[in-house]
Amino acid sequence: MMAALNLDARERTRNGVRDVDAARGIAVDDGPAGSRIDAVDAGLVLGTDEVSRHAVRLVVVDAGPPRLEWFTALPRLLAAGDLVVVNDAATLPGSLPGRTADGAVFELRLSGPIDAGRLYGVLLGPGDHRTRTEHRAAPPRVAEGERVTIAGMTATVARVAGRRVELVVRGDADQLWETLYATGAPVQYAHRSERLPLWSVQTAYAGRPWAAEMPSAGRPLLWETLLDLRRAGVGVASLTHAAGLSSTGDDALDRALPWPERYEIPRRTAGAVAATRTRGGRVIAIGTTVVRALEAAANSGELRPGSGIATLRLDAAYRPRVVSGLVSGLHVPGESHFELLSAFAPVDRLRGAIGLAARHGLSSHELGDACLIVPA
Amino acid sequence: MKIQGQGALVTGASRGLGRALAEQLAVRGARVALVARDAGPLREVVAGIRARGGDAHAIAGDIADKDAIHRIAGQAQGLVGEIGIAVHNASTLGPTPLRLLLDTECEDLAEVLETNLVGPFRLTKVLAGAMAISGAGVIVHISSDAAVEPYPRWGAYGASKAAQDHLSKILAAELEGTGVRVLAVDPGEMDTVMHAAAIPDADRAALQRPEQVAARIVQMIEDDARAPSGARLVAPRWELAT
Repeated sequence: MMAALNLDARERTRNGVRDVDAARGIAVDDGPAGSRIDAVDAGLVLGTDEVSRHAVRLVVVDAGPPRLEWFTALPRLLAAGDLVVVNDAATLPGSLPGRTADGAVFELRLSGPIDAGRLYGVLLGPGDHRTRTEHRAAPPRVAEGERVTIAGMTATVARVAGRRVELVVRGDADQLWETLYATGAPVQYAHRSERLPLWSVQTAYAGRPWAAEMPSAGRPLLWETLLDLRRAGVGVASLTHAAGLSSTGDDALDRALPWPERYEIPRRTAGAVAATRTRGGRVIAIGTTVVRALEAAANSGELRPGSGIATLRLDAAYRPRVVSGLVSGLHVPGESHFELLSAFAPVDRLRGAIGLAARHGLSSHELGDACLIVPA
Repeated sequence: MKIQGQGALVTGASRGLGRALAEQLAVRGARVALVARDAGPLREVVAGIRARGGDAHAIAGDIADKDAIHRIAGQAQGLVGEIGIAVHNASTLGPTPLRLLLDTECEDLAEVLETNLVGPFRLTKVLAGAMAISGAGVIVHISSDAAVEPYPRWGAYGASKAAQDHLSKILAAELEGTGVRVLAVDPGEMDTVMHAAAIPDADRAALQRPEQVAARIVQMIEDDARAPSGARLVAPRWELAT
């Protein structure tokens, strides 16, 4: 893995992209060689390194054979009249320490936005982020009406369904938010030895803290690129979608992911989408959370602005009404996310693209490389 | 920009100009997140705003601390929603009585820069992206005539404010066309704790009251035409609209 990485770094310098990993203090994961292999399918193995957001590669899947670009080339890969839509939800410090009245410890992992003192999430057993979520011990049982302590605050269990809980914290909202940010940490990735700070899991346009995990497809979008898009005549618009958890530690629950998620679409964005479609432009979603919000808001026909709850589940059979293409992280066949991408391109083309990514040592890390899937 | 209904964040909001700005933004219908290092005085200011029917929230934090930046921004946006107005008002003189540059300790200069320059930069970095993507926002940097005039003994503070003025102008140039307006405002001399620390023997009667200056700055935030992005405005010379 290191050899491939070094080669890659040389190539980056040759292409005139500043190698700023070290300068930004982003550790390139050089843990045990081949420390983790996400999945293997017909020899398709992607790397798991963190990539500086200034040096992300982009596999392009369009009418031609798949090809490799820099993420910063996005403006010339799209056409004037297209529209890029991002999710501006900021990532919550959603991993919180908890304790039952009997003294049993657990981790509360928020699954969505905080709603007037109500916390929604899942409970995990003792342990930390170095253990993969699915290997964590089962959480202690809690019952409705029971009092628990979350980050030192008293909370009442309002609802329980397996390890899913809804908790109510009484008292002052200022105090709740202060405690949350003083004690919580963003949901961590098991293959990373050091804790990720909030600085590492926010996009360049993050606003309200609604996301349980980072809407990571937007991580490589620098302002340079966003402004270049506008200069190239490509629209840029935003919505807020409460991206949920990617894993709960419970197989049955995981199969039902993503859960219903809250979204809000500004009038301005709904207008931009409608105008784009009228002129025959393409609507490019940055990440599947944007796909989910736009498709949910359009499921009665026209895209409606305002807030709602996205319940639809995307899969290979889904036919998008509004979204023409998307930017996503890299996923290998067999992962649920890969199947989802096949709503936008035939499986054989996606396989070819992942093969190209694998040959060039690209990374499937949440903080890794990316792909762009656009119709011909 | 219309202030009614906006989310606003004001640093250094427990006293002086910051407090007056937070109070006046709240009176005009903004939901205001007040930031200061000391929670006690800050909570009193917030209680006062709420008692008058305003929407205000206290966030204790030091903007010179990098780890505090996402805490401050996250709490603020959790409590008041999207931030449309950000006022970088918190600043420090460094040790007083003020010292000649050659008598200034290296660490003291670094601390002044952290609070007056790097802190506002980091907070803007975290807040301005959401403003630019949604197409609206106002960022105000509170400056000083010490940014322009080379007053002896004002070296650390003056250099930090001169750099902040320049940061403000470059940010405005980079964000041109996004709908985000970036201003630097020299408030002029005011009767504040900070002024008393710098110039203990000043004639207080000759100084402006922070409330008067805040009223002018609130109008600058409202008045896109007379306070264009990139401008450095001097509050006492700003014509109040009637």
